[in-house]
Amino acid sequence: MTNAFSGSGPDAVFAAYLADGRFMLQQCDDCKKHVFYPRVLCSHCGSPKLTWQPASDQGTVYSTTVVRRKPEQGGDYNVALVDLSEGPRMMSRVDGLAPHEVMIGMDVRVKIIDEPGHGKLLVFMPTQGGGA
Amino acid sequence: MKATDLRGKTAIVGVGLGGLPSAPNRSSMEIQTEAVHQALTDAGLNLSDVDGLFTGSSHAFMPALSTAEYLGIRPKISDTTMIGGSSFVGHLLPAAMALQYGLCDVALICYGSNQGSGFGKLKSMSEPQTYEAPYDPRHPITSYALAAARHMHQFGTRREDLAEVAVAARRWAQLNPLAFARDDLTLEQVMASRMVNDPLSKLDCCLVTDGGGALVLVRSERAKDFPKPPVYMLGTAMAHWHRQISSMPDLTVTAAAESGPRAFAMAGLAPKDVDVVELYDAFTINTILFLEDLGFCAKGEGGAFVRDGRIAPGGNLAVNTNGGGLSCCHPGMYGTFLLIEAVQQLRGEAGARQVDNAHIALCHGNGGVLSSQVTALLGDASTL
Ligand SMILES: [Zn+2]
Repeated sequence: MTNAFSGSGPDAVFAAYLADGRFMLQQCDDCKKHVFYPRVLCSHCGSPKLTWQPASDQGTVYSTTVVRRKPEQGGDYNVALVDLSEGPRMMSRVDGLAPHEVMIGMDVRVKIIDEPGHGKLLVFMPTQGGGA
Repeated sequence: MKATDLRGKTAIVGVGLGGLPSAPNRSSMEIQTEAVHQALTDAGLNLSDVDGLFTGSSHAFMPALSTAEYLGIRPKISDTTMIGGSSFVGHLLPAAMALQYGLCDVALICYGSNQGSGFGKLKSMSEPQTYEAPYDPRHPITSYALAAARHMHQFGTRREDLAEVAVAARRWAQLNPLAFARDDLTLEQVMASRMVNDPLSKLDCCLVTDGGGALVLVRSERAKDFPKPPVYMLGTAMAHWHRQISSMPDLTVTAAAESGPRAFAMAGLAPKDVDVVELYDAFTINTILFLEDLGFCAKGEGGAFVRDGRIAPGGNLAVNTNGGGLSCCHPGMYGTFLLIEAVQQLRGEAGARQVDNAHIALCHGNGGVLSSQVTALLGDASTL
């Protein structure tokens, strides 16, 4: 556990881990639940005792949509909500298959990519038959 | 002291619209001011009588200051609680409290925007969410599409059911001379409409129009002194559980499941008592979610509930009788229009779209991305 009220805040710590290619989640020392997005206090019980842990990198697609976009602007892309195996839900994208092939209930795992113009980005790949 | 003490203590004695169906070359403030003037005229009051101001804006950082200055009024109390499009239904609560405690005598709720003519697309002061923005969701449709996709997956809701909502709204709008979209619309046309964010097509989305709305409220003890039949606030309740869609606990259950029962409890009413229903239909899925969450049907049965024209004119339940955000107007935030249509229905002023024997109306405001939910029950004098 780090001191919740001094030093770099949880947003900056998360971003630094991600820039280093690591997906870290906060876990509450008191209620043992995981928290995402990063916070100063546990959003389940209010405790300031949150400890960074490596994420399992496993998740399940909770919902998915295809954002329609003109081909000349880059074409259609996926936006998904993924339930992490630790509990929290996050917005992300499932790569490695066509945007409309992403299905609710699909098992996925984290992949940290270099997104042009953005830096490190946390996306997901299908667990079955996905690429690297 | 308890919430039910507010039942029936506040009366809406004036309503006004502005800028409908469109108002080219008119500013948001000008459109809002037209609505304010119409509402005060409706109430037989002057601007100088207004001493409480409850407003919100898609463009002004300090909307109460801008509005009061423009109108030349000096409010004793103002509130600009910003919870998205539901804000104006939410303003019923601070307005009722301020009136009840004598902090003001005449409360004005108002909103106006020119974003149909002025921008041609939704203008929002909503800031990007740090942990969603990298994935480039389109605000707000991607969030609603994710909710619709989940509802379809979990309950077998069909795109045809969403289309039914759009067609019902259009059929009501065809009875409303102020509605923006009044052309014939079929289920087939909605189904064939350009997909924007699966499963939501262009015709599953609300309009982007100009428009303003205003309401004048007083303590009920003096409500009979005004020219029009008063409409009483019987119950209002607010709930919000998240800001961004990734933080919504269950995308098939909105906080209307909490605001609805609390509003009904304050009013001493149940869904079966409601004669006319005004739901914030930013997207077609909203209507289905709110019918379920407010108790008009069971969770998961909203799709079946709206089928075969059941919420259209002549159907089982009169829903969004002005044409809603889908076909009447949606100038960025729609909350005032829910209340104004309900008042017109309860007064019997709704012309061709008038619902017979309308005594009790439910207005339900939504804000953000299914985020804030405010339910209000309004009634005529027979309901006190
Ligand atoms: Zn905790």
